[in-house]
Amino acid sequence: MGRRTRSAAAMAIVPLLLLSFFHLLQFVSSTQEIRVLSAEKRIDLTSPIARVFLTLKVENYGAPEVPEILIAFSPTESEHLAILKASTVEGKRKKKTYVPLSVSPVSSPDAPNGAQLYSVTLRSPLQSGETTTVEALYVLTHSLEPFPTEISQSEPQLVYYRDSATILSPYTIVEQTVYIKTPSSKVESYTKVEPTARSGSETRYGPYHDRLPYSFSPVIVHFENNNPFAVVEELVREIEISHWGNLQIRDHYRLKHAGARHKGVFSRTIAALGYFYWVYDTYAKHPCRLDYQFRQSLSASFKTLLAMLPPRVHSVYYRDDIGNISSSHLRINSQKSELEIEPRYPLFGGWKATFTIGYGLPLQDFLFESSDGRRYLNFSFGCPLIETVVDDLTVKVILPEGSRNPTAAVPFPVNQHLEMTYSYLDVVGRTTLVLQKRNVVPEHNYPFQVYYDFNPIFMLAEPLMLVSSVFLFFVAYIAYVHIDLSIRRPLKTNS
Amino acid sequence: MGAKAAENGAKSSSSAPSPPPLKAFFRLKTKQQELLIRVASLALIYVLAFAVRLFSVLRYESMIHEFDPYFNYRTTLFLTRNGFYEFWNWFDSESWYPLGRIIGGTLYPGLMVTAALIYRLLRFLTFAVHIREVCVLTAPFFASNTTIVAYFFGKEIWDSGAGLVAAALIAICPGYISRSVAGSYDNEGVAIFALLFTFYLFVKAVNTGSLAWALASAFGYFYMVSAWGGYVFIINLIPLYVLVLLVTGRYSMRLYVAYNCMYILGMLLAMQIRFVGFQHVQSGEHMAAMGVFFLLQVFYFLDWVKYMLNDKQLFQSFLRITLTFAISVGALALGIGTASGYISPWTGRFYSLLDPTYAKDHIPIIASVSEHQPTAWSSFMFDFHILLFLFPAGLYFCFKRLSDATIFIVMYGLTSMYFAGVMVRLILVAAPAVCLISAIAISATVKNLTSLIRTKGKAPLAVSGKGSSSLKASAKASADQSLPFQHNCAIALLVGAFYLLSRYAIHCTWVTSEAYSSPSIVLAARGAHGGRVIFDDYREAYYWLRQNTPADAKVMSWWDYGYQITAMGNRTVIVDNNTWNNTHIATVGRAMSSYEPEAYEIMQSLDVDYVLVVFGGLTGYSSDDINKFLWMVRIGGGVFPVIKEPDYLVNGEYRVDKGAAPKMLNCLMYKLAYYRFGEMTTEYGKPTGYDRARGVEIGNKDIKLEYLEEAFTTSNWIIRIYKVKPPKNRW
Repeated sequence: MGRRTRSAAAMAIVPLLLLSFFHLLQFVSSTQEIRVLSAEKRIDLTSPIARVFLTLKVENYGAPEVPEILIAFSPTESEHLAILKASTVEGKRKKKTYVPLSVSPVSSPDAPNGAQLYSVTLRSPLQSGETTTVEALYVLTHSLEPFPTEISQSEPQLVYYRDSATILSPYTIVEQTVYIKTPSSKVESYTKVEPTARSGSETRYGPYHDRLPYSFSPVIVHFENNNPFAVVEELVREIEISHWGNLQIRDHYRLKHAGARHKGVFSRTIAALGYFYWVYDTYAKHPCRLDYQFRQSLSASFKTLLAMLPPRVHSVYYRDDIGNISSSHLRINSQKSELEIEPRYPLFGGWKATFTIGYGLPLQDFLFESSDGRRYLNFSFGCPLIETVVDDLTVKVILPEGSRNPTAAVPFPVNQHLEMTYSYLDVVGRTTLVLQKRNVVPEHNYPFQVYYDFNPIFMLAEPLMLVSSVFLFFVAYIAYVHIDLSIRRPLKTNS
Repeated sequence: MGAKAAENGAKSSSSAPSPPPLKAFFRLKTKQQELLIRVASLALIYVLAFAVRLFSVLRYESMIHEFDPYFNYRTTLFLTRNGFYEFWNWFDSESWYPLGRIIGGTLYPGLMVTAALIYRLLRFLTFAVHIREVCVLTAPFFASNTTIVAYFFGKEIWDSGAGLVAAALIAICPGYISRSVAGSYDNEGVAIFALLFTFYLFVKAVNTGSLAWALASAFGYFYMVSAWGGYVFIINLIPLYVLVLLVTGRYSMRLYVAYNCMYILGMLLAMQIRFVGFQHVQSGEHMAAMGVFFLLQVFYFLDWVKYMLNDKQLFQSFLRITLTFAISVGALALGIGTASGYISPWTGRFYSLLDPTYAKDHIPIIASVSEHQPTAWSSFMFDFHILLFLFPAGLYFCFKRLSDATIFIVMYGLTSMYFAGVMVRLILVAAPAVCLISAIAISATVKNLTSLIRTKGKAPLAVSGKGSSSLKASAKASADQSLPFQHNCAIALLVGAFYLLSRYAIHCTWVTSEAYSSPSIVLAARGAHGGRVIFDDYREAYYWLRQNTPADAKVMSWWDYGYQITAMGNRTVIVDNNTWNNTHIATVGRAMSSYEPEAYEIMQSLDVDYVLVVFGGLTGYSSDDINKFLWMVRIGGGVFPVIKEPDYLVNGEYRVDKGAAPKMLNCLMYKLAYYRFGEMTTEYGKPTGYDRARGVEIGNKDIKLEYLEEAFTTSNWIIRIYKVKPPKNRW
């Protein structure tokens, strides 16, 4: 049923991309004599985030040893690229272990059509005639484009995914296959580059043989994806350290449903997910039952979000500018805490919601003292909401008053600067380390450290201030009682 | 203030010559003990008054309640963000579209300035509080202060015991709590404090004749004027009081100093409030004060002449001439002023206070507000409980010991009681007076009873010659010796009094927690398993408006929700709770009660983008727009005669079921409230489209909308928002 003619827009784009493909063929750059013996690319589109697993079997057929290999991305891909991880497989069969490899972007002015190259440094340089297997995982955000761009409440959400049937690589690939996994078998259309096969929810391109470097053959897959396209446009996390034993977290979210925009009427009779309970009616003063119609919504709107919080979380709140949002559930066990939150209204395409989640954590779980006497905070980077893209993440680590020399150790590049925060009873202000990163995905939930110097005597500053101010108040009052400030003589008879 | 007074007492006692040895250090004299107990109980009352008002925060959350407080909150937010100058000159284009509203000139800024100052002070002391917390806790804080004022007031009019009882009574009086729970961020919260404070200072000024106290009362009056329109009560009650003192021959120099200073300075200060302006000299409601002011001058003049003349015959004729002259000049001035329009006549609100039926006939917009209804007996009982019975007893004691101060409290009590009977919300004004007068009754009764019990116990001792005081008491006791079982009766009565007082305390706590601590924008109900079900639909809808509509969208709703939409939804509204323009409200009422095409024309002319209606048919929430609809018809019909109330009624009966009037079934409000409701099963065993708020099956289940489309409905259908479609192409 899904094999229908592809839409007009897709038709228009394909020749254009084919043109660029021929253009690409003219550039054949191979500075090193490397070829990829077999390549496999598995694209997972079951969630709103596109995850790509790339397996390359590389051979050095030249003489000089090769310390690193290159992976290429098209300009649009590199723009949406959130994270790229590479690893190599060591050992055979049962003793297989994955060893992570370091990845860094390289400037590639000679790459055709602005392709962006990343170099993967191998553990040991590849000797002449040797082969190795490199596995790469990369995550692309905002690469599923809703089409049609506006849908009504009960329509399913269809999206485009654009990629190439052949793997973009600076090397010749001997044999390659691309698999695209969609959430369901409902695929509206897909570009065919023979041999192409589709079974169930998987579409296969290939195997293709002996493709030249930088070969590109654009494909479009148009399929149904009713996952909630929850995108946090901006997330500001404030992590406040108190050496009195508490770590206070405040996450300010600006959430958007980035799927196909909602169009036309809204109706509860369609949207209501049925529920049913007895209420004591305060107005009518008698118990009665609320009965909603049971009609499951088809559309990609979402009612709930799940946030994974650290274990031993306490004093959780969930609110926005106008007060508490009284619909959330917290499940705590010793391993993790799950906070299920419900925005004030179900989010349809294009709708927004802003809210704040705050909680406290025991300090001893996250603050440690390093061997050189400095203290460091060990906390997870990234967004606690599961399967959510964060466009703009700001992490503010608010150190206690009197801390000095903060330095951050983050496993990926971030922007950082210092600022001052003023809270209760602060005189000099709290040093705040601000970390900023764009395009954050769940794969970024990785611990980072902030090291700083702190003298415990500063812990006493604020209590002493309070005590002394109360003391001064009493002293002033005693003085006031004993000093007669009146101008005239005190009269003996007082009214 | 309490601490200061206590300290004064401590000073006098510490000046006693004997240096206490270490052993006797903790043994206090009776006077010191009494002082300690008094200060301690006042401190406890202060805390209690604050704590009892926190039920709403504990039950719900730290949030602003009701309707008007949202406006106050929004303006306070503006004040703290943009400063006083901007606030004073603020033209708000987000309300009363397309007219706008000059906020600085049309509000009483006292509350906002107070909250902003507290906020600044806390920020200065490096307390990083949010302005919302300050706003939520302003009313309880001022209620606590009111208890202290009540103590001093009671002390001034009776004795410190009565003051203490008054403080305790007012701390938990439901009539006062109803307007001062945490979150009820309204003018009344600070105004009752200002009102009682002004009265206290004025009575103090009258008692002492001190210019300083009179000056203080002028400033108290200024604060009251800046905080609440109820200042008119002060500016009429005080002249009335002065007049009564004059008539009863209690004129004194003290009164002259107190009133003149208070009136002149208070008037000049009050003119600084833009909203009040020159009303003190131009409005009919303030003329009584001016008349009494001139009368006092005449009195003073006459007194002087009497002193100079020393001739009774001559003075009598002089008095006659002067009085006639003064009264005729006064009447002439008033007549000319009124005729030339310089002195404005009384406003409708003032009339409706004097005549409870006035609003019903002439101003539907005032009559439509539930808190402007005449008070039912039950709400008196609910809000005052035993004070209702103690009040007459207290009046009796006041009359028994008549003084300038007791005359004042009697007059305050009687007038405010009358106003409380006229309007429900004015129970608030009566609450302090009722508490004070009841406190006098309690204090005097308990004092009498305990003295009876004591004399009985001490009677044998008195014979042996203990002291002069007990001698006097025993003399009194021997005078009452004729009564049998006197001692036992006294004990029984005392126990009865304490039982009543404890019932009062229980009642107050219960009323506060059950009735007066609901924020009214979050509704709570009891769920299936005894759990609480929260209906947070209002905020759901307002937040939806805020996030998902264009920033310049105009929302049309009935005026009740105007302040909330601007404060929480941050969108422009057509009309809001500041009902200054009746025609504009009537236009909205007309749109709601017209057929869809006519309503569409009106909405187009007002640039309306969204229409918001409140609907309780699914949840059984009874204060929704369908139940308010007749007021829309009445107010709309008052300006636009095309809207006729009988068109919406069937034989004078208001119905929404099949038997409803055809115009009712097809007017915009009906369509918007019941759109697609006909498909819903609301209650088990009932047909679809069963309206649970009114208990009927709706009459029009097949509603089609032509010019509007449903944009959002909250999870319990309490708020429904419709988008006005753009006009159709003409070709």
